[in-house]
Amino acid sequence: MPAVARVAVNVFRESVRDKVLYNLVAFAVLLMAASYLIGQLTAGQDVKIIKDLGLAAIATFGLLIAIFIGIGLVWKEVERRSIYSILSKPVSRAQFVVGKYLGLVLTLSVNVIVMSAAWYLVLAYMATTVGEATAATATDPAMLKAVALIFVELMLVTALALFFSTFSSPFLSAGLTMGLWVAGHFNEDLRNFQSVVDSTAAAWLARGLYYLLPNFAAFDVKYQVVHGLPVPASYLASTALYGAVYITLLLVASVAVFSRRDFK
Amino acid sequence: MALAALLASAVGLQILRERQPPLTSGQDQLLYVRSPEAMKRLALSYDSLLADVYWIRAIQHYGDTKRSTGADKSYGLLYPLLDLTTSLDPRFNAAYQFGAIFLAEQPPAGPGQPAQAVALLEKGIKAQPDNWRLLQALGFIHYWWYEDYPTAARWFAEAARQPEAPVWMAPLAAVTLAQGGNRNASRQMWRSIAENERDEWFRLEALRRLQQLDALDQMDALRRGLGDYRSRTGRPAVRWEDLIGARFLRGVPLDPLGLPYRLVDGDVALDAQSRLLPLPNPATLR
Repeated sequence: MPAVARVAVNVFRESVRDKVLYNLVAFAVLLMAASYLIGQLTAGQDVKIIKDLGLAAIATFGLLIAIFIGIGLVWKEVERRSIYSILSKPVSRAQFVVGKYLGLVLTLSVNVIVMSAAWYLVLAYMATTVGEATAATATDPAMLKAVALIFVELMLVTALALFFSTFSSPFLSAGLTMGLWVAGHFNEDLRNFQSVVDSTAAAWLARGLYYLLPNFAAFDVKYQVVHGLPVPASYLASTALYGAVYITLLLVASVAVFSRRDFK
Repeated sequence: MALAALLASAVGLQILRERQPPLTSGQDQLLYVRSPEAMKRLALSYDSLLADVYWIRAIQHYGDTKRSTGADKSYGLLYPLLDLTTSLDPRFNAAYQFGAIFLAEQPPAGPGQPAQAVALLEKGIKAQPDNWRLLQALGFIHYWWYEDYPTAARWFAEAARQPEAPVWMAPLAAVTLAQGGNRNASRQMWRSIAENERDEWFRLEALRRLQQLDALDQMDALRRGLGDYRSRTGRPAVRWEDLIGARFLRGVPLDPLGLPYRLVDGDVALDAQSRLLPLPNPATLR
């Protein structure tokens, strides 16, 4: 097994040992309880709300895992001094960083797949309790487009958290990652900043940040899939490609920073 | 064992606390963020989910207020909650349709704000100009609450022009224009909905409107009977038994929900508990 894969599998095993996958139980309980309670409260909108709730929960659980495990990926090894024994083996620093990243992505993918399956099961059950028109779209496979983009978004958040964890403390890394995630949802405002300020310099600065900061809002097509609106394949492909390029950039930067660190 | 005892104590204390009178909070009508624009910013990528939360709050606010028996009955939060819901999710059709019905309903069953219902529906139509259900709902508000039949007919005709509109929409527009205010035209409108509506709540609401129209017909017939009784005996009936004794009626007349009609000062009225109240204006709905 290549060194990268060994590191990745180890991260996955560690997350299982740390009971990270217990969040799947929380997700299942949340959805099942909500599907029962919401039916009593929402005047026939239960399927729409379970769609919204499921997608939001997949994104939120994934975000928490990506940030709070991502920030400790490198830091923990350094803090425990286990980095010395790892790097004394035939594992390069680049392999270590990429392996750590892929390990957490593997954990996230298991999470997202299981949560999506549970979500579809709950929706399939609910489809049996509602009218024909609502039932026909309850388990629309097109909703997986939103799940796919959520997964790419989580991969990008993981890459950000990993990047920060190569040179800063977990607390700071979490703050920076969360801050960038929030800022990434205000991207549209940065682009249109000139309409609210008179200063040309400020408008250009905002425009520069718009292009520079990761545009997390682009990965959000939850609204479109829940309402059955089209999400063209070209949009999916270009957004996924944008995510892939940004992730590669962050991984290269992480390797570069980590390679320069002195552990002697 | 200790944990179980502590948990049981906590549950017991909670039961005891419940028996105490609630503290005065004065915060029943609290809405922290009223600006839809601000809320859209704050929602990040959770706008649809937040719309659901506000929708549930709107339903609870409407239901709780409708059921309350207090003198200070206020639906003040209903429109702001619906506005937030539909700003966060501009395609939340149930919020437009149900919301408009809730807003237009006359007190005490609702705030009696058809203007807000119109504003909400126009907002929805702006977001989805080809949604025939919203156009139809706007026509209803003009028909039912404003008794403005030409405007209602215009919105029904607009709804009929949309690609997914049902076939009965165009005749409804024509009948409304020709016979607006006619009880039969109204009956035709609600019957079309009762027979074709997919949503159970709207279907039941249409059936309730049909029962209201039946009640208006029955009350007219009873008034005719009261007039005949007076002509024949030279005195007004004060109890249903007077009409039963004179063989005008076979028994105490019941409304479409099975509650007895009341005879008040020589006129017919629904029972105060009837779910058919308030009835549409019989003077304008001939």
